[in-house]
Amino acid sequence: MNLKPETLRRIDEVITHYPVKRSAVLMLLHAIQEDIGHLPPEAVQWVAAKLELQPINVQEVVTFYPMFRQHPIGRRHIKVCRTLSCALRGAYGTCATFEKEFSTKRGEVSPDGEVTIEFVECLASCGTAPIVMIDDELHENVDPAAARGLSDGIKAEAARRG
Amino acid sequence: MPAPAERRIIFRHIDEPGYSRDLACYQRNGGYTTLRKALAMAPAAIIDEVKKSGLRGRGGAGFGCGLKWSLVDRKSGKPIYLVVNADESEPGTFKDRYIIHQDPHQLIEGIMISCWANNVKQAYIYIRGEFPHGARILEEAIAEARAAGLVGPNILGSGYGCEIYVHRGAGAYICGEETGLIESLEGKRPYPRIKPPYFPAVLGLYQCPTIVNNVETLCHVKYIVEVGGEAFAQIGTPNNTGTRILCVSGHVQRPGYYEYEVGRITLGQLLHEVCGGPLPGRKFKAVIPGGSSAKILRWGESFTLKNKDGSSRTLAVEDLPMDFDTMAACGTMGGSGGVIVMDDSVNMVEALANINAFYAHESCGQCTPCREGSLWMKRITSRMVHGDARAEDGALLRSVADQIAGRTICAFGEACSWPTQSFVAKFGDEFTAYPAAKRAPRPEGAAELA
Ligand SMILES: Cc1cc2nc3c(=O)[nH]c(=O)nc-3n(C[C@H](O)[C@H](O)[C@H](O)COP(=O)(O)O)c2cc1C
Ligand code: SF4
Ligand code: FES
Repeated sequence: MNLKPETLRRIDEVITHYPVKRSAVLMLLHAIQEDIGHLPPEAVQWVAAKLELQPINVQEVVTFYPMFRQHPIGRRHIKVCRTLSCALRGAYGTCATFEKEFSTKRGEVSPDGEVTIEFVECLASCGTAPIVMIDDELHENVDPAAARGLSDGIKAEAARRG
Repeated sequence: MPAPAERRIIFRHIDEPGYSRDLACYQRNGGYTTLRKALAMAPAAIIDEVKKSGLRGRGGAGFGCGLKWSLVDRKSGKPIYLVVNADESEPGTFKDRYIIHQDPHQLIEGIMISCWANNVKQAYIYIRGEFPHGARILEEAIAEARAAGLVGPNILGSGYGCEIYVHRGAGAYICGEETGLIESLEGKRPYPRIKPPYFPAVLGLYQCPTIVNNVETLCHVKYIVEVGGEAFAQIGTPNNTGTRILCVSGHVQRPGYYEYEVGRITLGQLLHEVCGGPLPGRKFKAVIPGGSSAKILRWGESFTLKNKDGSSRTLAVEDLPMDFDTMAACGTMGGSGGVIVMDDSVNMVEALANINAFYAHESCGQCTPCREGSLWMKRITSRMVHGDARAEDGALLRSVADQIAGRTICAFGEACSWPTQSFVAKFGDEFTAYPAAKRAPRPEGAAELA
């Protein structure tokens, strides 16, 4: 596992925030996932060694929390909120629009590797539903037209990259 | 009667043009003068003011904040921790988000005052994983405050020191439950703990006495110290003091966040006048008043409530004041302040199917009734909306829900059964009619409210 020096620096800093090392598990997993995109078995081993835990103590955390992933995903992560307030405002239509734009299904990496689309539960922005998060960015009032606009943006960026 | 004006205390600067979240702007607007005032007071005197204020927690349960603080074990000799619940995970709730993103120093000042009052040297902010920018904003704000001597050792030259760190969750609703949150902060699966013996005030984080308070609650504490407990108690209504932020979502013209004195606005005023009424051509049908776990209210129903003197009064649903006690007397709860509105375009079986999918996904799985029951309720409503509804499904749902509530480790058991119990009780006819409607089977997974 090749972590960036900045990630290693953050990890060493965050461990000092707790009187018990184990508390840092979630923060370390976030840091590693942000750096390398997902959490392979080596990441679990590495965190366990770093915090003087058994690998299972880390693995059980990785498998419980929805935000941690053990496998790579598309270049961009499109998370569509499907909980009640968003559903009332058309979130299922929003999700279907993304699926159509990238010829893929929820939970799968699109054929061009560009996106992974997922349903998530309430993102705490229900007043401006439907809500979509693309990577770390929140998008509000994402009706199908807005979803097409966001998709165009992602495709244009992919085209620029070539 | 026209709706009263909003009274913005906690949200005073939210969306204010020219207001920025940095320390300089906060201090230009009087920021951290209340912390200075608090540090000149005896800690016990601050707790006294909070008790006098009548402040009730804004996270969900509405528990008295002063009472919670007075239950903290101060004789154990162990350190006392303060944990800020910034998990904001109850569906329909979106208030703490704006405090964190737009006015983080208000929260930090509230935290430092509360820490001083309770002899806390270490506080953690537990923020949901889906707020990555919020976590960064808080870290930056804490760093600014630390550099200015407002957080860290020797705060404002008082000799008192206290640190704040930000801890991120990772997408699990149950981390909002205070003992699940504590487990998560210890680096484990967020399995809620059994009470007794694990009352956080006695055996919390690292088995030490711990206070868990919601973000909004701690901002109110700051305001209480600013104006005094008695002045705060004059705001709102008896036993339901202060202001609270009501988050309205779903089928209204103007969804959003509104701050009102507790109990001074009715549900009808809020939805019709403040939020502009139903969408064009539609009518209100149902409202969930306090986050998705709260029992649903049917538009058009009325309630007979007891007065203090023993007499009673009957109120239509739109005339209910939005306060903790009224909502409880009507069989539901003020909860987290998340008001979810449904109009006559919504089929209640489908709305419940959506809610049940949430709870089945979020049960932590420790207790059999909750783990299996939430899954069963989801399967039944999902089967119904996928074209295989049966006449007995309403009764079946009720019986599953009735076997969860009251039989679990944590209040998630109630949270997941209340929607089913109340939907079936109040809209039973739709559950009976659903099989006959022979709705076209939906594509797999595309179901609820598509
Ligand atoms: C299933 C469940 C989820 C909860 N989620 C939250 C939450 O997201 N945010 C919150 O502040 N309180 C939440 N609570 C309430 C907390 O357990 C706790 O009562 C609260 O943080 C106490 O703070 P307060 O007294 O300031 O309200 C939840 C409770 C349960 C049972
Ligand atoms: S009630 Fe549900 S969420 Fe709470 S501890 Fe039991 S299984 Fe977990
Ligand atoms: S229901 Fe989608 S953000 Fe709350």
